[in-house]
Amino acid sequence: MDLDLVRESIGPLLSGTIRGTIPLTAASFVGGMVLAVLVALARLSRFGVLRGIAQGYVSIIRGTPLLVQLFIIFYALPSLGLTIDPFPSAIIAFSLNVGGYASEIVRAAILSIPRGQWEAAETIGYSRAMALRRVILPQAARVAVPPLSNTFISLVKDTSLASTILVTELLRKAQEIAAPTFEFLTLYSLAAVIYWVLCLVLSIGQGFLERRLGRHLQPQIAKVEKVRQATA
Amino acid sequence: MSIHDEGLAPAETPEGIEVRGLVKSFGSTPVLTGVDLDVAPGTVSVMIGPSGSGKSTLLRCLNLLETPQAGRVRIGDDEIDFAVGVRRGQAAALRRHSAMVFQSHNLFPHRTALENLLEGPVFAQRRPRHEVEEEARGLLARVGLAEKADAYPDQLSGGQQQRVGIARALALRPRVLLFDEPTSALDPETVGEVLAVMRDLAAEGRTMIVVTHEVRFAREVADHVVFLDGGVIAEQGPPSQVLVDPQQERTRAFLGRILHH
Repeated sequence: MDLDLVRESIGPLLSGTIRGTIPLTAASFVGGMVLAVLVALARLSRFGVLRGIAQGYVSIIRGTPLLVQLFIIFYALPSLGLTIDPFPSAIIAFSLNVGGYASEIVRAAILSIPRGQWEAAETIGYSRAMALRRVILPQAARVAVPPLSNTFISLVKDTSLASTILVTELLRKAQEIAAPTFEFLTLYSLAAVIYWVLCLVLSIGQGFLERRLGRHLQPQIAKVEKVRQATA
Repeated sequence: MSIHDEGLAPAETPEGIEVRGLVKSFGSTPVLTGVDLDVAPGTVSVMIGPSGSGKSTLLRCLNLLETPQAGRVRIGDDEIDFAVGVRRGQAAALRRHSAMVFQSHNLFPHRTALENLLEGPVFAQRRPRHEVEEEARGLLARVGLAEKADAYPDQLSGGQQQRVGIARALALRPRVLLFDEPTSALDPETVGEVLAVMRDLAAEGRTMIVVTHEVRFAREVADHVVFLDGGVIAEQGPPSQVLVDPQQERTRAFLGRILHH
């Protein structure tokens, strides 16, 4: 491995990460989550038409490769007269993709909250929307964090596909340096390490979020002690 | 757990309930087949009956957790005729009169005891938070849990959770209190503390409807006992009659079953 090359490439690679990979991931995840909640609610709605549309969307997203979704938006839409720049194309494709997968997670998390919580919310005078916002979603969030973290971490790596539509993100930077120098091993290894570090940081964030959202729950050990104290 | 001497706030003036011809079925299974019930303001009515008799369903119809197919329910000045259908505002208006205490308490686990009490008054009734908070602390003190205001439900015992559940219902300033088997899910040693709070409320002159299997509580506290069987009221009257000297054979049979266990 050529250490000088490592030193020279690290700057451009980090720039690709900070200007490409990270904003692409962040924007797509936010967009995807907004979609996911809307689609999950549509799937749980009383209206058959909404349920049908949402189900169709999820089926298409899950049934087709992400790369194909990306190509349709970037390469195929122009022939319908709709040309979108690479970066926004990527955000749209990844948001749509995350929205499809995450909507199932959100739906399952909402369904995991006991019916009694809806009823209690109703009896204290909440509308369905308020019950959802103040009672159901905060509890569903805790349930959804581990699977959504999976989605998020996958997304970080999936953004590398954007290199195929000329978005300057981490992998494309690596390719650009590697191509003329033929230092594929060095450059792709460096790229791999950076992806891994990003995912590591996200895993730590996940642990933090899980503890915060679960702070109202007693660890089992404390429960046992409480019972012992009460009976002692 | 001391009885407050101040009496009820004007906002909580107890109201009466009138139920006529209430019909409710789940799919093709009839649960209530024409129930008439009168509850006088400020009285305690206890509903007993075998499981599946429709007593919980009847209670849940009173605040529209279940929507009956036919019949009328009137609480105070608000009335709904279910054969005509329920308009949106109507449901909310009827529901505002009452508060429900659930068998499994249904506290919001992600909120502290105090926050559980604030939810309805602050965010649904839009009352000023500082005023509600003071009142809520008073209610927690009243059910003997002043020092548990900042505890999460998961950190409380079953009996404590249910007492918070009662305080949460009181925080809504209801004119009618509904109890759906409030002690059935509790450990035997904590049943007493919950019943004590309920006795206290009854002594205050609140309108209460209690679905329960606690016959002793019914005998001591109820003004009126309703025995449901097979979706109809089979017998009703003062506890001295229904519980001590029942006129109906099926009431006798039911009491025999639950008293000898």
